[in-house]
Amino acid sequence: MSEDIFITETTIDGADDGPLAGQTVAVKDNISTADVRTTCGSRMLEEYVPPYDATVVGRISEAGATIVGKANMDEFGMGTTTETSHFGPTDNPAAPGHVPGGSSGGSAAAVAAGEADIALGSDTGGSIRCPAAFCGVVGIKPTYGLVSRYGLVAYANSLEQIGPLAATTEAAAALLDVVAGPDEYDGTTREDPNADRGTYAEAADGDVDGLTIGVPTELLEGAEEGVVETFLDAIGTLEDQGASYHEVSLPSVEHAVEAYYVIAMSEASSNLARFDGVRYGHSGGYEGNWNESFSTARAEGFGPEVKRRILLGTYALSAGYHDKYYKKAQDARAWVKQDFDAALEEADVLASPTMPVTPFELGESLDDPLQMYLADANTVPVNLADLPAISAPAGETGGLPVGIQFVGPAFGERRLVRAASALE
Amino acid sequence: MSEDAVTPEAVRHVAALARVDLEDDEVDQFTEQFADILAAFETLDSVPDVDTDADLTNVMRADEVRGSLETDTALRNAPDSEDEYFKGPNVS
Repeated sequence: MSEDIFITETTIDGADDGPLAGQTVAVKDNISTADVRTTCGSRMLEEYVPPYDATVVGRISEAGATIVGKANMDEFGMGTTTETSHFGPTDNPAAPGHVPGGSSGGSAAAVAAGEADIALGSDTGGSIRCPAAFCGVVGIKPTYGLVSRYGLVAYANSLEQIGPLAATTEAAAALLDVVAGPDEYDGTTREDPNADRGTYAEAADGDVDGLTIGVPTELLEGAEEGVVETFLDAIGTLEDQGASYHEVSLPSVEHAVEAYYVIAMSEASSNLARFDGVRYGHSGGYEGNWNESFSTARAEGFGPEVKRRILLGTYALSAGYHDKYYKKAQDARAWVKQDFDAALEEADVLASPTMPVTPFELGESLDDPLQMYLADANTVPVNLADLPAISAPAGETGGLPVGIQFVGPAFGERRLVRAASALE
Repeated sequence: MSEDAVTPEAVRHVAALARVDLEDDEVDQFTEQFADILAAFETLDSVPDVDTDADLTNVMRADEVRGSLETDTALRNAPDSEDEYFKGPNVS
């Protein structure tokens, strides 16, 4: 049985002993593995073989894990379904015939299908949480700065974090324990100020007695009825265990999707400028001049979604439009941060459906990019606010998985793990 | 581009700035899609000005010489190279 989970199957043995000894790991194919090809799901990097390991790869190897494959993904992380991959779509093991979500769809599918015990993905606007929700597994988007991005091929570096996926909250938290922590090769990493409160895995004790949960009304409004019902059932389960919930309002999130896409596309247009087919990547040949060769390499090497985002990002940053789009998006980002900070003064965690919809059928959704972008409404605000979030299985509606998302304050991963583990 | 209709010429201009050749059918498709997407981005006009007090610190290290990739390793992924250099197209 193959769901096209891996772009490259491989075996990279880790150390003989360590906290992850005996565990198999799927690694998203935008995370560099020395001497094993790392494609980002793109024709541009179809033959790219990194000369060094990402920091997170070194850490899981030292912890004893065995890497079993480089997992399929939306091209350069740009998508919500894993269908923009140059290497073809991945089927959803939890809902065959449906997309696994994206962009870390291969990572989530590997865990759901039992092809790997645990997985690493990356989350720029929901790319860990969406596939976790669609495949019925657990995924954590860490606080910005908790996990090193060294060796992660950049898409939108002010937003993205590497994080774990696993079948259980405790297993995901244990993988986070291994990869988290400062790295001299990534100046945006920080020491967890709550490090004295035990490991993330130890927080998976299911104790939610007294936990206060804020539910942002704006994040329920656009969701499908069956998704909302499943979500509220999960909240009810937590109430039965001593948690309480109240509604909160986050007016800024009405603008989060637009702000997210302006910022992500702008950063992408800059980050992806490096792919010119000279130092690495698909060559544009040697006919014509420098610009013609670059333009050929990029026309042939990038798929439509990547071209769309590069062009829109270039436009948003161009003279005369920078203040109108980019600066307003930064204002919206700051507003979202303030809203979340205020809501988290009154609640231990915020909760919402991870995705407002259930998994799309394969091939259903690629024609209308704006509709696709709007499906990210509940996940992108968290990246704008630099906060941690977890997606955990909430149940099913119509036979399809539904995820519940918990959001916490910066470096509040332990309380998210605690809340999610209470649903298992 | 969004207040006026998005034109095929505007799409071609941005594509040229971004160094991405586009086929005619891609230009047509992007022209239509960008109108919708930029109209959505226009809603950011109603976002209030927000004071940001980013919590930032400089991260410094000593300016010491360190090892780096060997030349042949760095050249390993190049489509073509000559001697110890990446080979690129003509600069004109």
